[in-house]
Formats: sequence, structure tokens, C-alpha cells
Amino acid sequence: MKGAGIVALNTFREAVRDRVLYNLVFFALLMIAASVIVGQISIGIEQSVIVSLGLSAISVIGLLIAIFLGVALVSKEMDKRTLYALLAKPVRRWEFLLGKFGGLVLTLAVNTAAMTLGLLLAMLYVKHGLERSDAVVFVAVYFIWLKLALIVALALLFSCYTTPILAILFTAGLYIVGLYVQELRNLPPQVMSPEMAAFTKGLSYLLPNFENFNVMAMAAHGQTVPSTLILQNTLYTVVYCAVVLTAAAVVFSRRNLK
Amino acid sequence: MTWVLLAVLPLGFAGIWHLQHGIDAQRASLSEERDDLLLRSGKLMRAMSLEYAPLMADIYWTRVVQYYGNKRVRKQTNLDLLWPLLDITTTLDPNLLVAYRFGAVFLSQAAPSGAGRPDLAVELIKRGIKANPEYWRLYEDLGFVYYFDLKDYPKASAAFEEGSKQPGAQVWMKVMAAKIAAEGESYATSYYLWKDIYESTSDPSVKKNALIHLELVQAKEDCRQIDLAADEYEKRNGRRPTRLGELVQAGQLLPKLLKDPEGYPYVLGENGKAELNVDSPLLEQQLLFEHFKTN
Amino acid sequence: MSMTGPAIEIESLTKEYPFGFLDLKKRKSLEGLNMQVETGEVFGFIGPNGAGKSTTIKLLMGLIFPTAGSARILGKPISDVEMHRDIGYLPEQPYFYDYLTATEVLDYFARFHDLKAADRKERVQGMLKKVGLETAGKIQLRKYSKGMLQRVGLAQAILHDPKLVILDEPMSGLDPVGRREVRDIILELKRDGKTVMFSTHILSDAEMLCDRVGVIVGGKLRGVGAPGQMVDMKTQGMEIVFKLAAASSAPLLAKATKTGDSYRLVVAEAELYAAIEQLRVAGAEIISVTQVRATLEEFFMNLVEADRAQAAAVEVSGK
Repeated sequence: MKGAGIVALNTFREAVRDRVLYNLVFFALLMIAASVIVGQISIGIEQSVIVSLGLSAISVIGLLIAIFLGVALVSKEMDKRTLYALLAKPVRRWEFLLGKFGGLVLTLAVNTAAMTLGLLLAMLYVKHGLERSDAVVFVAVYFIWLKLALIVALALLFSCYTTPILAILFTAGLYIVGLYVQELRNLPPQVMSPEMAAFTKGLSYLLPNFENFNVMAMAAHGQTVPSTLILQNTLYTVVYCAVVLTAAAVVFSRRNLK
Repeated sequence: MTWVLLAVLPLGFAGIWHLQHGIDAQRASLSEERDDLLLRSGKLMRAMSLEYAPLMADIYWTRVVQYYGNKRVRKQTNLDLLWPLLDITTTLDPNLLVAYRFGAVFLSQAAPSGAGRPDLAVELIKRGIKANPEYWRLYEDLGFVYYFDLKDYPKASAAFEEGSKQPGAQVWMKVMAAKIAAEGESYATSYYLWKDIYESTSDPSVKKNALIHLELVQAKEDCRQIDLAADEYEKRNGRRPTRLGELVQAGQLLPKLLKDPEGYPYVLGENGKAELNVDSPLLEQQLLFEHFKTN
Repeated sequence: MSMTGPAIEIESLTKEYPFGFLDLKKRKSLEGLNMQVETGEVFGFIGPNGAGKSTTIKLLMGLIFPTAGSARILGKPISDVEMHRDIGYLPEQPYFYDYLTATEVLDYFARFHDLKAADRKERVQGMLKKVGLETAGKIQLRKYSKGMLQRVGLAQAILHDPKLVILDEPMSGLDPVGRREVRDIILELKRDGKTVMFSTHILSDAEMLCDRVGVIVGGKLRGVGAPGQMVDMKTQGMEIVFKLAAASSAPLLAKATKTGDSYRLVVAEAELYAAIEQLRVAGAEIISVTQVRATLEEFFMNLVEADRAQAAAVEVSGK
């Protein structure tokens, strides 16, 4: 287990040195521009717009990092063969995977936290003060981070048994499917046979449902998110990541390296 | 190592199953409180979409369908967002005909199946006609709204008349214009219009809705026929009949025991008037419509 | 744990790779390898490119998995990850995280061996000095030459003072100075009682360093033994090197090869003195007389030739 920690810290160090965190500069510029424009126009819904824009940006940037770096975590080490010397050490393959996962999730946490700070500053500027109800933004960002963790796990799984490009496509595809999973339950019965409908409905509960993490509307209006939902989403992410990472560990343990 | 997976996978997915159900319940109770649409201005949306306006229109159209579907599934009757969504969709793409047709049916109808705003429906359809003046079905829809929901027969007739002149318009449009001008509301007209909607649409929601209305219209007519026969019975026998069978036995009054379109025989109520059978699912629909009409 | 048992025991180790349409065909890159490396020896694993040397080593290190057969390292099965504490590995064409410096890479790898921070620092510095990289310790690896990367690789393999060191082509990419340094390190390891196994296709290195060699060609082991034992010790002839100022019509000269001022002539042992007499008469100046013996290289080349001929024959006759 300790090996995982060593790998995780090194993964974080790699992300920092690889200048991944420069995306924060882009985000900062975006927030500044938006705040200034919105501040000038004063359309009465400043909070809504800034929060929605900020959360959307955090989500999109986070997604890009999660998918592309998530896939690269393992595939880059296999391609460049940096993995070989590492596996000769007393560290198990699953420890390596867990460490990689942990490192990227840590990177995303730092990245997201920094962006949240930027968002809060923008909100402060536009609203000329913050209220207690604005704390919902923290919850919204936390949910986004949970979502990103799950995506990293999926990217890791796919990259363990297929090429990087396919892994990226599968992960992105599964994300899009996961946004609409809810709709599978509401399909009109005329479209398919009852057995198919039951199967699809069952499947819709098991596929990753990313809509669970979406509280952007509530954040935009300063509403409180019930703590039950916070707990549920946290558990959901933990359990789902555990399943996906276990599968990844099994696949990777049997893989013949080049 | 495989045994690990064999243990973790089913356990994990069982956990996911339960958690997902819990999350669904939690979120459903949240969203009942408030629907939201961040940007309600169609023009602003159009400006922001640059050259992707038709794509955005498609996306918004998907949202319309989802919105309506969700409301039906959750049996919620508040359709406040239907108009803004349709407004944005048709501003982004004025040629998206399905949106106008959907709006014609579900904006104008009273709850529970519609938003109960025939005035907005008319506005929507008129916009559609402006952008697509030769599409005769839009005129049909307009006439439909005037006839059924606004009960404005002169305007309904005019709409059908105008539509009959467009290319591809079916012959009955002209007939309908004349008939409405002459008679106003009639069973034949109502039945015909709903039947046309039912047969011509490919949208499952619209189709389902049309079927219900068709059956209700039929039931209303049947009841009217039964009432006429009951009146005749009263004239002959001095009292109202209590059972449908009495009308049948009397010979010419009713040819046979009439059943509603769902297959349940009609009954005579306490006041001697024909009613839908208590077991018939149509009764529930009829009561729902009436409940929201009076509110 | 046995102290005198072999450091590495390989039994019928086989590796097949599927290829072709639907992966139906199989290529055997290693077939039924039976080999042992004794504790405390330097063992050379030699063969041409693609013979199966790297495959064997990767199988030992758990990077790929055998189709059949088994192996034990230091008495433990190769699937035992804990055993990795006592072994060091240098991969073929090593590549490390290029955003780290040499010091950081070595420190990173050292952490996996449960070394305390102070201990790590000391060892890392010591290693850098040993492989001649002490001045380059703070430079990022992306700026390193191939030879420098090779040295970093060697350093991380021996950093934790392992009992057994496995090196895959340790000399590749190094200039003569570098190669001499690696040779010295290997000899030093041997003096310290470590076991060393390395693969190479440079035969002179193997002859110089190894107690025993294993020769592998075409996925099969062709012979194991001390380098001297591998080839016939019998003298195959005598080589005479001489200078001749004036041209001469001695028949012997026709068989000699001229390089610059000198001539080289190989004659059978029995005819040596007759040949020298002829040359003396012709007025030649004898520079040297040496025995000609078969070398490991010739043994090796013969094997490779035979293998190629067999493969060609198989192809011609059909599968």
C-alpha cells in the first residue's frame, strides 16, 4: 500500500512539472473577463451567470484533464517503458495503478480548489459581497470533483487494455452516455418489447450516472443541497471507483508488456 | 486475482444499484420545487449560437421532449417551462416544424396533459406560419386550437380556409372550413380532427394524447345518443330508464348495449343521464380533464 | 532459504506470441529453456538480436508471463514481488521520467526499498559518483545522452545493494570509456559476492567477464559453459607475421595477405618450420608467430548460420 503512496506523489509531481496546472491561467482570464462584462451590463442575474459559467468551466477543464491525463497515466508509462524499472521494485501492479489514480485525483483536487477560489473572487467582485447561501458553490464543486474521479477511474480501466486513442473515445463516449442514462428509464413503451425495456431500465441503474452530480441550477440560485445527497454521491463515487479500479487491476495484472 | 473480481463486481454493482435509487429519490424531491431555465431570451440564445443555431435548436427540442416526458412520468402538472423552451427552439430554428406541431397540441390543452395556454399556442403557430407559409398542416393546427380550446369558430373556419389553399392541402380542409362556419362545434368535426391528428403524427406523445381525446369524443357522442333514447323512453313510459338494458328491450330505442371505446358498457346515472362505466379507464381521463377545466 | 542453491533456476520456460490473422499463428520466441545461474558467478547470456535474451529476462522480471515452464529467483517463484527487494534490474534501452533529475529518479526508486531519508541521500550520492554522474545529478533527464541514461539505469539497479543483479544489454550505447567503467562495476560486484547475469551480443565482453556463458539462438539454448570450454581447444594453425623488402617468387607468398608493410600467413602446425625456412631464404623479417584458436565468435557465428539455414529449409519445404 505504501508503494501506492510513493507512486501517487510522483504522479502529482509529474503533473505539476508537465505544466498541466497552466490551465488555471486560462481559467483565471476567463473569470476575469466574464466578471468585468457581467459587472458592466448589470442584468440582474449576475450571480446566476457567473456561477453557471464558472462551474461549467471547472467541469469542462476538469473533464479534459481527467480524460486525457487519465488515459496517459498508464499508456505513457507503457509506451515509454518507464514502467519496466519500476515493476522490478517490490511493488505490485495494483499498487502502481492505485498510486497513479490517487496522484491524478490529487492533482484534480488542487486544480479544482484553485479554480473555486477564482470563482469566489469573481462572485465577490460581481455581487460586492458573499452570503452564507453561496456555500452551495463548494458543494457543487465537490460534486464536480467526485465526477472527475470516476472518469479518471474509467479512463484508467480503458487504457489498461486498449490503445490510447480508443481509450479516450470510450471514456468520452461513456461520459456522454452517462449524462443521458436517466432518459433510458423514461423511454416510451411502444419503442421496444417489455423484456428489452426491463433490461434497459435495469442497465440504466448500473451505468455511471453523471447527472447525479449536477447541481448547477441550485448553485446558481443559492439553494442548499441536502446533506443526504452529499453523502449518497460520495458513497456512489467510492463504490463505483472501487469496482472500476478492481477491474483495471485484474486486467493490468495479466497484461504482457511489450 | 480473478476471484477478487468475482467477489467485488456483484457486491459493487449491488451497492451502486441501491445508491442510485436513493439518489434518484433525493433528486426528484428537489426538482419538484423549482424548474429552471437560465436564459429565457430566444433572441439572446440565437445571438450566442453563432452559426450553430440549428444545432442548438435541435438540442433545445430534445430538452422540450425530455421536459414533457419527465413531467408525465412524475405525474406533475406544472408545465411552466414549456412555452419558454418552445419559444427558444423556434427562435433558433424557425423551420423546425415538429416544434410548432407539438406546441399546438400541448401548449393549448388544459392540464394535466398540457400547459393550458391556448393564447401562447396561437402565437407560436402564427410564428410558424410566418416562417413556413406554405405548410398547410400549421393552418390545421391553428384552426384546431381555435376550435377546441378557444371555441372561436369564425377564426377556426378562417384558418382552415386559408390552409386549404396551400399546396398539398387535403380536400377535407375546405369542407371543414365550411362546416365549422355553418355549425360551430359538432361531433363529426371534432372526431374528424382528432382522427387526422392521430393518423398523421409520428410523435408518440401526440399520438397517445390524440387517441384519448378521440375516445372521449366518441364517448360523449355515444352518451348523447343514449340520452336522446332515454328522453324518448321517458316520453313513452313516464319515467327515466334506470338500466341500459331497458332501452335495448324497448326495441327501436337502442339497437344493442353500447360499449365505450375501451369496451366497457355505459351506465345510466342517478339523474337518468348516460355516463361512463365506473371501471372504464376513460372515466378517469374525463374526470381529470374536467377537474382542470374548472380550475 | 538455501545459501548455496542457484541464484536463478529456469525450467522449460517457453513463450509463444500469437500473430497473423485473428492471432491464430504462434511464434515461439523462447522454447523450453533450461538454465541455471549459480550464486556468486558472473553469467553471460549471449545471442544475436531476437534470439530470446530480452524475452527471458522480461519473463524473469514478471513483465511478461510464460506460456509454459517456470523459474525461481533466489529460491522464490518469479511471481513473488517481495523477492524484488533482493534483486536489481537494468532494462534494455532504459528510459526514465524525463522531467526528473538523476538525483530525483534514484531517490524515487530508493523509496520503494524502505530506506530512510538520510540513508537514501547518502546512497544516491554514492551511486552517482560510482557511475560517473556526480556533476550531472541536478540536470533533468530529458537532457541526458543515451550513455548517461544507461548509467542512471545501472545506478538504480544496484542502489539498494541487491544480492542478484540482472542487466539487459548493459554496454549498449556506451563509448569505450563507459564500457570499461561498466566492466569494472561488474567485477566489483563479483568481488562483493554478488551474482550478476547480463545479456549481450558483444562476445569479447562476455569472454572477458564471465565465469560461464549461455548461448541462445532462435529461442533455444545451444550451450552453457565456461567461455573457454565452449570452443574446441585444439590449435587450428599457426599465424606468421613478417616483413619482406624485396619482391620474391616464393610460392608461399601467394597465400599471404598484405597489410601495409606486413604480411600475414597461416599454415598448419606441422608445416611451420618449413614455412619459416622458406621465408628466411626469401630474406623475410619474422615479426611474430602465434597460435590460431577457434574463438567464441566463430562458434557463435556457426550456430547462427546453421540456424538460418534450417529456417530457410523449413520455409522452402513448406510449413
